[in-house]
Amino acid sequence: MENIIRLTPPLSDEAVASLKSGDRVLITGTIYTGRDAAHKRLVDLLDKGEELPIPLAGEIIYFVGPTPAKPGKAIGSAGPTTSYRMDSYSPRLLAQGLKGMIGKGGRSLEVRAAIKEHKGIYFAATGGAGALLAQRIKKAEVVAYEDLGPEAIRRIEVEDFPVVVINDIHGNDLYEQGVIPYKKD
Amino acid sequence: MREINVSEVVQAVSRLCVDANYNLGDDLNQALDRAAAVEESPTGKDIIEQLKENAAIAKRDQVPICQDTGLAVIFVDLGQDARVVGGNLNEAINEGVRQGYRDGFLRKSACHPFTRANTGDNTPAIIHYRLVDGDTLKITVAPKGGGSENMSKVVMLKPADGVAGIKEQVVEWVRQAGGNPCPPTIVGVGIGGNFEKSALLAKEALLREVGSLNPDPELQSLEADLLEAVNNLGVGPQGLGGRVTSFAVHVKMLPCHIASLPLAINIQCHAARHKEAVL
Ligand code: SF4
Repeated sequence: MENIIRLTPPLSDEAVASLKSGDRVLITGTIYTGRDAAHKRLVDLLDKGEELPIPLAGEIIYFVGPTPAKPGKAIGSAGPTTSYRMDSYSPRLLAQGLKGMIGKGGRSLEVRAAIKEHKGIYFAATGGAGALLAQRIKKAEVVAYEDLGPEAIRRIEVEDFPVVVINDIHGNDLYEQGVIPYKKD
Repeated sequence: MREINVSEVVQAVSRLCVDANYNLGDDLNQALDRAAAVEESPTGKDIIEQLKENAAIAKRDQVPICQDTGLAVIFVDLGQDARVVGGNLNEAINEGVRQGYRDGFLRKSACHPFTRANTGDNTPAIIHYRLVDGDTLKITVAPKGGGSENMSKVVMLKPADGVAGIKEQVVEWVRQAGGNPCPPTIVGVGIGGNFEKSALLAKEALLREVGSLNPDPELQSLEADLLEAVNNLGVGPQGLGGRVTSFAVHVKMLPCHIASLPLAINIQCHAARHKEAVL
């Protein structure tokens, strides 16, 4: 069994550089949520040269749109959404210092190049494990774009949040490489 | 004629929306157990264990299995000797969806195609009516998430493409979909009919119990061939590599036009949610 790596954001260049595609990681600490609509707004602000509602340097964005929280719960079910819809926005955020992204599914060549260039990292969480992943989220607070409902940006506190490294700074891609040993003709 | 009041429909739909989103079917739980036994990839095994635990947490805490609680896809089998009274059946179904998604703390995912403005209550539902024998009303609620629905297509093959062409299309499509539709998946395949009928056949195929055999021997062997081929892709759980890309391939087929060979592929993620009730 491979070692499990523990990470707490904000992530340094060194921490990111030490991660390799296929590594299993548990994240503890503060991360931010955002998906399609929130990404569009962040990039629009960058285009206008305005300040963003969240810090990016060293931070991790989790692509998720949770279900409404039941009374007494921090958050509703909260698994990752498909990442390719964020592909057109992610390079801009990585250039601004964003370090990590959590989602599911493959990324474009542009995103993979930006991950290399800006020393970023792309993780996948288990898609459809929304009830399990919600248990690893201890606190959640909407910090921007409340009008977007499930798509609002939330600051969340996670504990032992399980992810796998997909794209590392060396240009590896687990979706491409992971299948090779199991492929049969 | 037996009369069925719309108020019963509202209640049933509301309850089924919540039930489907919280409680994974026994067939899927068993499919996860079988997958755990055959998966060879350590990461893949880990994911299957997470999915089993996830289903157990959802059931125990009565929370959604997945945060994408889907558009509400609803099949209505209306017996021709039954009559719906007390209001409009379409409206009753949508009211049931409204109540279920509100009271069950389910995510509302329906929006305007251009502005993306959320309709706020997950309506309109996607409703398919079928007229059947008898005097009952059967309702099947099958919430469908966007991730796996996006990995779907209809292609009008040439008759000369034949079974080989169908196999090639399905396998290549599953390969391209990779991790996007949250594998392990169920691959719904609709063959024949026409353009829109093939899509509906593919969707209906997803409702069959996982682990059950196709009653048509020809399709039974096609399903087995396709399942072996998609699992040999190595895509595996979540697309990270492994033996179990799909739990099952389900095929439905109808005669088609002499000039056509319609093929539809509708992928269902492991969160294969559907519940039914008979009124
Ligand atoms: S594809 Fe299915 S399991 Fe995956 S996020 Fe969407 S609804 Fe959930």
